[in-house]
Amino acid sequence: MPKDGGIGADTKRREDVRYLTGSGNYTADINAFGQAAAVFVRSTVANGKINAIDTSAADGMPGVLAIFTGEDFVDVGGNPAGWLINSRDGEPMKEPKRPVLAHGKVRHVGDAYAAVIAETVEQARDAAEAIEADIEELPAVVDMAEALKNQTLVHDEIETNQCFDWGWIEDNRAATDEAIRNAPHVTTLELVNNRLVPNAMEPRASIGTYDRAQDAYTLQTTSQNPHLTRLLISAFVLGIPENKLTVIAPDVGGGFGSKIYHYGEEALVLAASKKVGRPVKWVADRTESFLTDAHGRDHVTKIELACEKDGTFIAFRTETMANVGAYLSNFSTATPTFLHGTLMAGNYTVPNVYVNVKAVFTNTAPVDAYRGAGRPEATYSIERVIDKAARELGLDPVEVRRKNFVKPDQYPFASAAGLEYDSGNYDALMDKLEEIIDRDGFAERRKASEAKGMLRGLGLNSYIEACGIAPSNLVGILGSRVGLYDAATVRVNATGNLSIMVGAHSHGQGHETVFPQIVGEMLGIDPASIDIVHGDTSKIPFGMGTYGSRSLAVCGSAMVRATEKIIAKAKKIAAHMLEASADDVDFADGQFTIKGTDKSVGFGEVALKAYIPHEYPIEDIEPGLEETAFYDPANFTYPSGAYACEVEVDPETGKVRIDRFAAVDDFGNVMNPMIVTGQVHGGLGQGIGQALLEGASYDADGQLLSASYMDYTMPRADDLPFYTVDHSQGTPCTHNPLGVKGCGEAGAIGSPPTVVNAVIDALQSGGKNVTHIDMPLTPSRVWSAMNNA
Amino acid sequence: MPTVSMTVNGKAVSGDVEGRTLLVDFLREDLRLTGTHVGCDTSQCGACVVHVNGEAVKACTMFAAEADGAEVGTIEGQANADGSLNVIQQAFQDHHGLQCGFCTPGMVMSAAALLKENPKPSEAEVREYLEGNICRCTGYHNIVKAIMAASGQDVAIAAE
Repeated sequence: MPKDGGIGADTKRREDVRYLTGSGNYTADINAFGQAAAVFVRSTVANGKINAIDTSAADGMPGVLAIFTGEDFVDVGGNPAGWLINSRDGEPMKEPKRPVLAHGKVRHVGDAYAAVIAETVEQARDAAEAIEADIEELPAVVDMAEALKNQTLVHDEIETNQCFDWGWIEDNRAATDEAIRNAPHVTTLELVNNRLVPNAMEPRASIGTYDRAQDAYTLQTTSQNPHLTRLLISAFVLGIPENKLTVIAPDVGGGFGSKIYHYGEEALVLAASKKVGRPVKWVADRTESFLTDAHGRDHVTKIELACEKDGTFIAFRTETMANVGAYLSNFSTATPTFLHGTLMAGNYTVPNVYVNVKAVFTNTAPVDAYRGAGRPEATYSIERVIDKAARELGLDPVEVRRKNFVKPDQYPFASAAGLEYDSGNYDALMDKLEEIIDRDGFAERRKASEAKGMLRGLGLNSYIEACGIAPSNLVGILGSRVGLYDAATVRVNATGNLSIMVGAHSHGQGHETVFPQIVGEMLGIDPASIDIVHGDTSKIPFGMGTYGSRSLAVCGSAMVRATEKIIAKAKKIAAHMLEASADDVDFADGQFTIKGTDKSVGFGEVALKAYIPHEYPIEDIEPGLEETAFYDPANFTYPSGAYACEVEVDPETGKVRIDRFAAVDDFGNVMNPMIVTGQVHGGLGQGIGQALLEGASYDADGQLLSASYMDYTMPRADDLPFYTVDHSQGTPCTHNPLGVKGCGEAGAIGSPPTVVNAVIDALQSGGKNVTHIDMPLTPSRVWSAMNNA
Repeated sequence: MPTVSMTVNGKAVSGDVEGRTLLVDFLREDLRLTGTHVGCDTSQCGACVVHVNGEAVKACTMFAAEADGAEVGTIEGQANADGSLNVIQQAFQDHHGLQCGFCTPGMVMSAAALLKENPKPSEAEVREYLEGNICRCTGYHNIVKAIMAASGQDVAIAAE
């Protein structure tokens, strides 16, 4: 049993109180003294040549303080891609500049080419409407296959729309081709991983403040990753020295990937603040969010699975086109490659894997990592094609998976896609899943559905992900331009309470509650006496932010290491206080004791001694009790799971209703089951949303048709079921101190194929030879598939 | 600019507003009650739900001037008199019915309105009532559970 409030306890979240009483402090809630407002002027065409921008009418309008255009930023840098991908021929990827404001050309609807700073947002908006832009509309290219013909270029200077043509692992290509040629059975599936809009409920917002006295800047912004934002603005975009720039991400209303990245609006409000001498605030409206937040997914894939007649896998071969949109967002080149291709062996001992990914520029918003980031795309391809293969071979889809699972005695397991899985037990997950979903009772339930004219289907599948991102050495070899360690400072205050400064940023994950559970248990003190400080680069040593299910596995590990240093130093102080050797000091439950004696001293007394070092061995031990650790993981972590979905399909309308959904995940050790379960719920909501409801839709001219909640179907409460979530089958991660794997993305990774597999199963049971429907499985798509089959 | 007067969370307030000023902007910018959030421009998301004369209203669908003379309740006025969380707020915390917290004020205000008109809603009724409130974090599971619990009901869910 977990200790009260310690590791493994369902501790209620302390951050809830401020959110539940309206006391949260989101960026849009902050009004800086004397602030002015920024409004951006955005392209209404997907591809256009900027001939002239006439700001003269707007200049003199009431309240207008300054107007910026792309011309003002030609001498500063661009917003870079954080990951260099080399093509199969060794050529580096194409990296066109991504400026603060568009200059020369606009490349997607929503691309900002001017900004107005005014006393009020209404005045800024009025003036923005008075800006006359002569933008010559050019043909747009939206479809990836069309873009690869290079007839219309998104970036003239790179002379191609192909960003890269990547092979993984190129040396395995010939063997994979050969294996597929000679295989007794090959199943082929062409599928689309639909483009999604992350839709954090809080729209992006930024406040830039220039302090003339210090010649320093502060940016308050909606970020998952304030240190990276500071680094990018400093080193690449505006050249503000890091010591002169503070980035603060206060309460942030969800991110799901879209707030990892640095956006041009952040640089603009900083530059504008210096120019007008006042803080400058910008808050996106929802349509701006749809048009300019980095979108997710958008892959078109052909996957082949070669296998024996008994279902033993021989090879997976994948060809994917991945949309990167009009500009490279910070993680956009890593997402379809090293977060996707490396997972293409799935949970399986398949000996041959080859992945080809062509990344394509189009006149659409940038596409980047969205919850799961590459791993949902990999899982969807693998788990859909396995179901199709099982059906073709007349085999049970679960048995086929079990036949090919990596077995518990095979770890560490070198996958054919280049990763080394450290732990797992996929059969145990599937056993638990079949029990929870009551697979044995399915036939009866199907009969009952059929009796009322409905079709019932069951989908079961596995997933694996690589998260706890990431070992810096490894990702450096793979092209990352940053390290992916994290950092924490544990500060024991003189009176024995703690402030812990962490590089991870919490925007719904509950770090403020969970991190104290861990350190409280390590130190034997009340977690309530520990506070977490996050989201402020002036207070925190460094950090790489929160994404890729990394906060606990990487930053939490740094925090554990720093706490271990605290304990080591405190032991020395305690040894002095107890007149013993440090080697003889034991520490448990908040008490330092001397082996074989009844002498003891409490943690609080030791802390006080560190700050009031009277009778203190000042020659040997520094005063104070504060330690910092940077932690760089030895490997990715490998959460895995088995998911089941049971649906009813109305053959009259094609409407899909989810009857039940169960998720059995291996997250390793679990620190707070309540929060972990909540993370899975949220991921499932997004994954089911992708499968049934959501899709960002551009027309051929590059107009985003789904640019509001009237048009983009967000899952509502009545679209989703209660979920059954289990994490009793965890196998601890072998290489981090807490044995944790990460739970943030799992639900969104594992669930889309589960839903689609269930719907296909339902249609097949109704005698319809439907083998695939592209997501989202709207009633019209399902009905059409049934009626065309 | 016309002056509007109303009672907000039991306190008489007034302010000069433009005709185009929305109630949500009056609450957030003039009264600095920033717990009422703006998550969209089309009255879909429900992050701005408040109570006007006891009814749940999206504060972005109403001009401040239209609320002249009204009794307005916001999330800031929901806690008990001693500052402790009210039954609905407490249920949201107990059942982990919130993550990033951005949709939460609207959810709590909608839940209060629902339970006022239907003290023992079924799961389906809760889900249907929340049509106008979007949450991206929770998959709704724990929100529905929290509202059921706040109504004195409980839902048995296996394997939790």
